[in-house]
Amino acid sequence: MTTSAPGIDEVRARTFPFPRRHFLSALDLNVVEANGLLDLGDTFVELNRQTTKKLDLLKGRTLVNLFFENSTRTQSSFELAGKRLGADTMNMSVRTSSVAKGETLIDTAVTLNAMRPDLLVIRHASSGAAALLSQKVGCSVINAGDGQHEHPTQALLDALSMRRAFGSLAGLTVAICGDVMHSRVARSNVNLLNVLGAEVRLVGPPTLMPAGADRWGAQVFHDLERGIAGADVVMMLRLQLERMQGALVPSTREYFRYWGLDREKLKAASDRVRVMHPGPMNRGVEIDSDVADDPAISLIQDQVEMGVAARMAVLASLSARLDNDR
Amino acid sequence: MSRGRPIAFNNARLVDPETGWDGPGAVVVSEGVIADVSRGKAMDGLSEDVRVIDCNGGMLAPGLIDLRVKTGEPGAETKETLRSAAQAAAAGGVTSIVVQPDTDPAVDDPSVVDFILRRAQDIESAHILAAGAATKGLKGEQMAEIGLMRDAGARYVTDVDRPIADSKVFRRILAYAAAFGMAVAHRPTDPWLSKGAAATEGEFAARLGLPSAPVVAERIGLERDLALAELTGGRLLVDQITCAAALEALDRAKGRGVKAVATASINHLSFNELDIGDYRTFAKVDPPLRAEDDRQALIEALASGLVDIVVSAHAPAPAEDKRLPFDEAAPGGVGLETLLPALLTLFHDGRLPLVDLIRTVTLAPAQFLGLPSGRIASGAPADLVLCDLSAPVVIDADRLVSKSKNSPFDGRRLQGQVLMTVTGGKIVHRAE
Repeated sequence: MTTSAPGIDEVRARTFPFPRRHFLSALDLNVVEANGLLDLGDTFVELNRQTTKKLDLLKGRTLVNLFFENSTRTQSSFELAGKRLGADTMNMSVRTSSVAKGETLIDTAVTLNAMRPDLLVIRHASSGAAALLSQKVGCSVINAGDGQHEHPTQALLDALSMRRAFGSLAGLTVAICGDVMHSRVARSNVNLLNVLGAEVRLVGPPTLMPAGADRWGAQVFHDLERGIAGADVVMMLRLQLERMQGALVPSTREYFRYWGLDREKLKAASDRVRVMHPGPMNRGVEIDSDVADDPAISLIQDQVEMGVAARMAVLASLSARLDNDR
Repeated sequence: MSRGRPIAFNNARLVDPETGWDGPGAVVVSEGVIADVSRGKAMDGLSEDVRVIDCNGGMLAPGLIDLRVKTGEPGAETKETLRSAAQAAAAGGVTSIVVQPDTDPAVDDPSVVDFILRRAQDIESAHILAAGAATKGLKGEQMAEIGLMRDAGARYVTDVDRPIADSKVFRRILAYAAAFGMAVAHRPTDPWLSKGAAATEGEFAARLGLPSAPVVAERIGLERDLALAELTGGRLLVDQITCAAALEALDRAKGRGVKAVATASINHLSFNELDIGDYRTFAKVDPPLRAEDDRQALIEALASGLVDIVVSAHAPAPAEDKRLPFDEAAPGGVGLETLLPALLTLFHDGRLPLVDLIRTVTLAPAQFLGLPSGRIASGAPADLVLCDLSAPVVIDADRLVSKSKNSPFDGRRLQGQVLMTVTGGKIVHRAE
């Protein structure tokens, strides 16, 4: 490959101050800002493919990963993104902290705040936890998943993967399929895809479709093949296995029969269809390995790579905002 | 003691829901009761002995009676004590409160009723009445000692926020309590549909990713409660009706002659689901705030008389119980001090005539409880509120008298300021 290595000057030129101090929801971005972050993300993809991946853009900054829920994938992605930009990164997970001893989220936030981090990445099982934290700390808060609300960096990395595969998101038909009800990934994607001009569909059984989803700027389908008919992108969501309790779906085999993606059902989609999944996958439940592992149609590996680049873009932009604020 | 000397409240806008009077007038209070009432004009030629208070045209109405007040006594006195609740009541023009039995220990035994009423004897700011639990430990299983609690002074029975899921148990409570003339207050909801819900199901809650329950949960619960009230002939107090679907069910049942009285909370009359906005936990109440259509239906039901009583649903919670992620935060808001000005919004907006509005927090709850108060008539208890109807107020939660400051009205601009509260003939609150 003879791709010219993007230098620090190019990165600096593309970095713009984030529109807000925190990144809590995909709704925080307008179309210009979203595309700006995707452009910056593209630059970091190239950088990450070089031998020397490190920049000193975030030199002196401290990044704290505060994870109240386990997530190897997202946590390591943020950690790597921070390190490649030269920030000092620290991971705090709930099991080793005093949160388990009855300390509240706010107490933890105030304690952490006293250590003067610049960027705080939070994942929490309750919707709105990131917003609550952002009201109590002096640093920038990045929502890495709050309950069933949002996971905006996931939407950004998904958009980056799609834009690189198709050139543009405007006019693209994206079908988001599965457990929409409990999915923060779905909510963030609907919000960002609407901003970027894609046509969004939501597909899943009625028991896993939230009330009023048809008013989110998406068309709702309960039949998978009709829902993905002609779609350019089929994004499968993870089905938590505890959904078998509480009469949401009867069994994994019935779920796979009607809402699992295999090659046969995928024929309904566009010829150029690409398949995505935020991971980790339940193979044979929501997606067949045959589809997931086919490099000709699957973007799932790309999504992991784009995750680091998209998060670098967010961190760089938020850091530029912090520079401006001072 | 001021009780010794008669007080005349002169030059008032007298509002009396019993006679429907809303006009100029005056009241003389002596020995803890209303001694004289003048309608249509101010009093003159009052004796030297009488202390005269010029109301300057302010509204003089019966003191408010609040059927649903939680305190933390016994068990959680840091939230609210009986005394602090009574002081908050006085500051809000509320002269009688019915404290709820979901304390620690629960008021499911005559000795705890007795404890509360003995404590209440030393508190002059407001009359404190007690409700007893319907089931032991509010567990919805074994019936509490309803007869003995009545004899100890309990006014009605309720399991407060915990719906009694077992229909057989609920049926028996309604039937048994009726033999003692006791009403049963019950939060109408289907306990399975509403389990774990922090918001009302709909587009807004789904966007926020909050666990939610559909409003039909309330209708299903209410239909059952009304059917069992009809079956048993028991007296049902529908505790906080909130939505159009349930109001239709109530209307049908009342049309058939079912003995049911319904309350609405000031929160559901004042806010809708959008007020939870960006996860504002101070607006988290139980039942959750509803859609605007439901709020409008509730106001109309209050105006038509379908809903009889308005309650504050006073539920003190300390900051540490509120400053949590939304689904973990405690529900409820303090309401005693904001009840009257918030309710007056409906008068200022032309939704209800003043006297009809005041009836929902005075005469209607008095009649439900069998109290002689809630009216302005010679011989009635001297429980009064004097209010400047037009004075603008901005609610500042930090300045509330209540020990807990969790007011959903924090920052709200309302119109109507309580100038003076008289309980049992004694001035227990005066605005600064």
